[in-house]
Amino acid sequence: MKRLFYTISSLVLLCASAQAQESVYPAKEYKGKLYITNGTVHVGNGTVLENATVEVNNGKIVKVGTGIAVPADDVKVFDAKGKHVYPGLILPNSDLGLTEIGAGVRASNDVSEIGDFNTNVRSITAYNADSRVINVLKGNGILLTSVAPEGGIISGSSSVVQLDAWNWEDAAYKMDAGIHLTMPSFIQRFGRRGGGFPGGFPGFGGAPVDPAKQALDRVEAIKNFFREAKAYLQESSHANTNLKLEAVKGLFDKKQKLFVHGDQVKQMLIAVDFVKEFGFEVVIVGGSESYHIADLLKANNIAVILGESHALPATEDDDIDQPYKTPAALQKAGVLFALNDNSANTRYRNLSYNAGTAVTYGLTKEQALSAITLNAAKILGVDDRTGSLEVGKDANIVVSEGDILDMKSSTIIMAFIQGRKVSLENKQTQLYDRYKSKYGIK
Amino acid sequence: MRKLKLLFSGLLFASLLQAQESFPVNGVADKRDGCYAFTNATIVKDAQTTIANATLVIRDGKILALGAGVAIPKDATVVDCKNKYIYPSFIDIYSDYGITAAQRAQGGFNFGGPAQLTSNTKGAYGWNQAVHPEVDAVRQFVVDDSKAKGLRDLGFGTVLTHVKDGIARGTGAVVSLANEKENMVILKEKASAHYSLSKGTSSQTYPGSIMGSIALLRQTYLDAQWYKNKPAKEGVNLSLQAWNDNQTLPQFFEAEDKWNDVRADRIGDEFGVQYIIKGGGNEYQRVKEIAATKATYVIGLNFPQAMDVEDPNDARAVSLGDMKHWELAPSNPAALEKANIPFCLTVSDLRDQKSFMTNLRKSIDMGLTETKALEALTKTPATLLGVYDKVGSLETGKQANFIITSGPVFAATTNILHNWVSGKKYAIKEDAWSEVKGNYTLTINTVAGPIKYALDVKNASTANVIGKDTLTGRFTHDGKMVKLSFSPVAARRPQAPAGGEAPGAGGFGGGRGGFGGGAAATQYRLSGVSNGNYWSGTGEDTAGNKLTWSAKLDSVYLAANNDSTQRRRMGNQRLAKVSYPFDGYGWEEAPKQESILIKNATVWTNEKEGKLENTDVLLKDGKIAKVGKSISADGAKVIDGTGKHVTAGIIDEHSHIAAASINEGGQSVTSEVRIADNLNPEDINIYRQLSGGVTSSHILHGSANTIGGQTQLIKLRWGANDEDLKFKGSDGFIKFALGENVKRSTATQGNNRFPDTRMGVAEVLNDAFARAKDYEKAIKLDPKTRRDLELDALVEILNKKRFITCHSYVQSEITAALRVGDKYGFTFNTFTHILEGYKVADKMKVHGASASTFSDWYYYKVEVTDAIAYNAAIMQKVGLNVCINSDDAEMARRLNQEAGKIVRYGGVTEEEALKMVTLNPAKALHVDNKVGSIKVGKDADIVVWSDNPLSIYAKSEKTIVDGIVYWDREKDLEQRKKIQAERFRLTQKMIGEKRTGGPGAVRPAEPSWQILLSCGDHEHEDGLYTVEMHEGESKDK
Repeated sequence: MKRLFYTISSLVLLCASAQAQESVYPAKEYKGKLYITNGTVHVGNGTVLENATVEVNNGKIVKVGTGIAVPADDVKVFDAKGKHVYPGLILPNSDLGLTEIGAGVRASNDVSEIGDFNTNVRSITAYNADSRVINVLKGNGILLTSVAPEGGIISGSSSVVQLDAWNWEDAAYKMDAGIHLTMPSFIQRFGRRGGGFPGGFPGFGGAPVDPAKQALDRVEAIKNFFREAKAYLQESSHANTNLKLEAVKGLFDKKQKLFVHGDQVKQMLIAVDFVKEFGFEVVIVGGSESYHIADLLKANNIAVILGESHALPATEDDDIDQPYKTPAALQKAGVLFALNDNSANTRYRNLSYNAGTAVTYGLTKEQALSAITLNAAKILGVDDRTGSLEVGKDANIVVSEGDILDMKSSTIIMAFIQGRKVSLENKQTQLYDRYKSKYGIK
Repeated sequence: MRKLKLLFSGLLFASLLQAQESFPVNGVADKRDGCYAFTNATIVKDAQTTIANATLVIRDGKILALGAGVAIPKDATVVDCKNKYIYPSFIDIYSDYGITAAQRAQGGFNFGGPAQLTSNTKGAYGWNQAVHPEVDAVRQFVVDDSKAKGLRDLGFGTVLTHVKDGIARGTGAVVSLANEKENMVILKEKASAHYSLSKGTSSQTYPGSIMGSIALLRQTYLDAQWYKNKPAKEGVNLSLQAWNDNQTLPQFFEAEDKWNDVRADRIGDEFGVQYIIKGGGNEYQRVKEIAATKATYVIGLNFPQAMDVEDPNDARAVSLGDMKHWELAPSNPAALEKANIPFCLTVSDLRDQKSFMTNLRKSIDMGLTETKALEALTKTPATLLGVYDKVGSLETGKQANFIITSGPVFAATTNILHNWVSGKKYAIKEDAWSEVKGNYTLTINTVAGPIKYALDVKNASTANVIGKDTLTGRFTHDGKMVKLSFSPVAARRPQAPAGGEAPGAGGFGGGRGGFGGGAAATQYRLSGVSNGNYWSGTGEDTAGNKLTWSAKLDSVYLAANNDSTQRRRMGNQRLAKVSYPFDGYGWEEAPKQESILIKNATVWTNEKEGKLENTDVLLKDGKIAKVGKSISADGAKVIDGTGKHVTAGIIDEHSHIAAASINEGGQSVTSEVRIADNLNPEDINIYRQLSGGVTSSHILHGSANTIGGQTQLIKLRWGANDEDLKFKGSDGFIKFALGENVKRSTATQGNNRFPDTRMGVAEVLNDAFARAKDYEKAIKLDPKTRRDLELDALVEILNKKRFITCHSYVQSEITAALRVGDKYGFTFNTFTHILEGYKVADKMKVHGASASTFSDWYYYKVEVTDAIAYNAAIMQKVGLNVCINSDDAEMARRLNQEAGKIVRYGGVTEEEALKMVTLNPAKALHVDNKVGSIKVGKDADIVVWSDNPLSIYAKSEKTIVDGIVYWDREKDLEQRKKIQAERFRLTQKMIGEKRTGGPGAVRPAEPSWQILLSCGDHEHEDGLYTVEMHEGESKDK
């Protein structure tokens, strides 16, 4: 009889003498049964079950509902009375594990490769499962992410990882799930990050460039790349092996999706064109102007991973809350969309609050939750295994003190990845303990 | 032919005659007096005085006499000016005619590159490469007739020219536009002194911001004053010498924007100088403030071109503000005139000089009177420059600088015929001198005898020959030479080409429609000389027969009298309205202070009463008048607060909005620069942040250097001017910074500016305060000690008259700073960012510092690897005054949520968390006696929230500052509709311009970039049309 009851209080931060995060271990595999009882269960698909139990066996969810009996057996039981139970949150596009310290430490970054068409570059091979950001994110309920390379026109392939691993092979949840393309911009930006001033500004010489023409020329180059790839892939033997062309086979086989990074209407319209010409499954990443063409996106089955909602309106005249209410516009049009947090300053930890803001500006709470769980899983092609608390899926679960979308009640008290109860300790909690101890704070 | 041309240009030889006495003559002396009498003219002496049927007599380049019935000297060459007008020629007061544009030196400032800390100018000059008052335009001036011609063609005869480069630009010279030796065209060698905020070609790093330019000018005024006593330690400083010498001249300031106009004027006010201000063309947007400068303005006519906004995706990027400016820019001169603001007009800004008169007419159509226009081009500039005794009107003894026009000078159909400069004629449109339009009898003396035709001349290039039919021929009349070719039989219908058709019989008609056969084969080609009413010459017919011809004027058409009343007035058109600010979200009518009673709300007092349920708050006269139950409205506007939460307005301790520049990174110590010098009250982020409940923001200098600039606390009074934005009566603060940024860790090409380590940063502080102490002593001993604005600010800190907010991250640098403070006896009032504050909270408490931090930022750079979200909670529990700030224009809209995170990270109570964005920053900023809590007598800076303010679901429904509702969620919805409607109207108008304006009528749509200034410390989420700018970067020239 080893029936174990865990009370919430005993679970929080067992580590009294904090070290570095090196003392935080990935959780051991657990094949037995596990029950999270009496919680408010947010399934992720819109359903909310009060006072419900989630039963897990061998890392998978086997039952969800009320009236599930907990056997007097060799099982783990976690009481979630008064707490909220959610699917593990999914950060749908990030540079996690590739960018360690963004500013000033070039050596710590492995996110952007040299070259325009790096289809064969694989983010998973550089994913640092020991990144210091990872454990912080678990503390904010984020249990999976898609790690994507950046730079060039085609940056390479992204992989979905789970955030409790010893190395990248452990971490890999779905490898090379998507190819990432940055759609050429129809706007010529200037300034430090934009590179160069447009010819239109007085006092800056140089022939004015028509950014639209430039963009279309580059789009044609991209299309040619895919046309040649398609032709190449029709023949099985080649005198000259071409890794770049081979790497996009999955796009034509629909085993991979094309993630098109772009915010502008015209960039997205070109993405529609890619669907038409090549039959790719296309996902827009960014999409700040997607609300202008939501119906077209819907009609062409294009999903959207919206950039951070906590953003300023694009133009001076835009509704001042436009980025906050864009999710509601996509929801209304029936577009499949996920929300993201790409803040470089908070390192993506505010994903659930971006969803919370979307609630304030028009989504229901469960719609917003789907946008950071089930929708993200669908878009990343892992909804057969995660994204909701449904029977048969991996037990990727977070338990929160209260409403996870509202900061003041969103303390995460438990998290499970594939049924393993993962540590919520991280460098920040360790330093917190260390200095609470210094000052004698309770 | 060649001979004739020489004859016509013969007058040009006259220029040789005017060479000065000291020059030897090669050949036979040919001195002439150049005496002319212009008779029968309408002479406009000045904008007020017009004399009909008058005579102007000139001699030796001067006006000898003018008026009706003036005696004509016997030796005068008489020019009949019947139907002509004579005006004083125009003066352009803002030219760089004859000056070679300065080239930017290689290098310059580069964000990642090394700094250039000293001037590259060689010689006994001042320390800053952008301050060169020693430059005299007259010494660089070279006559450039191709440029002069461009100006003369527009009616100008005189210009003030100067070197348009740098912050102190030296002196300008008044020169005429005559094509003569330089010696003879200079009317005044040193007529003006020039300044600007732009360092131009200077490659020196300092100044790198508008406020830096202002500080540099202020310091130079002080230095020049000090230099008057020839301080031995300065040696010879030719720049300061020249600065002092130039002070007696009219002082011109190139401001180029309405707010810069005001900024420039403030510098002048401080040092007793009234600048003449070169405006930016947007003065009409703030007429009240512009009038208050009491300055005379120099105004360009460079109106924005319409944009191609047919593609809605392109149109979207163009702001309503820019579209409105496109429509209203031509009204700028009229707005100045209406407000009695004196001004001159200049062509200097125009991309295409030739559009000057067209644009001026646009301004006249929008209400500028012709009288004022003429004054702005003549008397006003001449008077400003002290040359009205020479130019600017037509009076005896003045320069013979005048133009002869075919009609009233501003009328659309009028041509400027001649431009006489110093008594010398420059033909502008000789061919229009004689009215060629009219009915002539054309006689062709063919071998068969004379044939007469009627010739109906429409203008200098169109004429019909009327025989049996009306025939159009090829016709040109350039004033002297006439060419005409025509076929005497009209082509009525196409006919099969006849075999007998003579070669060359294609004739006129541009090849349209064939004609031929029979008599049509004959074509005449005539050329000759016009002598006004009588033309004669030779010709040839198609058969090769030589012939002669003549034409005689029978009847003339008089030029239509282009009275201004005939011109299409734009008064009836619907035009954009000036709003305050000139943004889409600006007010056409500003909200007013009201008495407001918020009833039955949950009131978070931040006082010992705590959170009060079902409570009323009365706001009156901009103050909180009552807090309690069942307060009677007594005429106040009632807001139902049922279910709502009321808090004090949010105060952002660390913000970079609402300023024209943020970082002066040119040196490690720049305590002389002041954010207040360059507030930008039109930043849309003011409005956006009001929507998040923010009522006050502390605008900080950036973190580019150890001792940055003086900060400014503002209230978010959307629509106010820069001065009214200030939080009145608040203590002065200054920004310090430590760590990575000030040691320029991201300088990819290396750092050469001290400090390069945290050791050095501490020494910059030590050194600065050691110098400040010595300076304070020295001034007490000797009041003649050189005033140093940089040290003045540091002395204020030592004397507790100015307070520090210090950007800092890691415990070592924080402790080091504390010890510098201890050593020199001052307190670091606030540490901002302070992400390792939790490690030294006890030390900070002993020192007495506040902390202002982020809730949950971490790991975006090396010095924040130990940042933790529990920082604020720990510091608060240790007993520090803790604030949560934004440092981010977006997050500032959600500071209430950031406070909510402190409840989650570390378990601070909700009321204490709210104080971190209200009362605590008020304390840190020394304004907690005015704001920060809901207490009777405090300012009515109040937010009405839809929900618990620490919840993500809370929205500000009303944000009130001084009892004025600046943010009202319902009103905002109306505003959006208005923006949409106005955008639609202007988009349609621009599209109309594209369709009717012909090729080149529109330029590609140019996105209205929103410039977001930042301290350069970390990433910001840039929207599509948002760009970030850091030190040394500028979209301006």
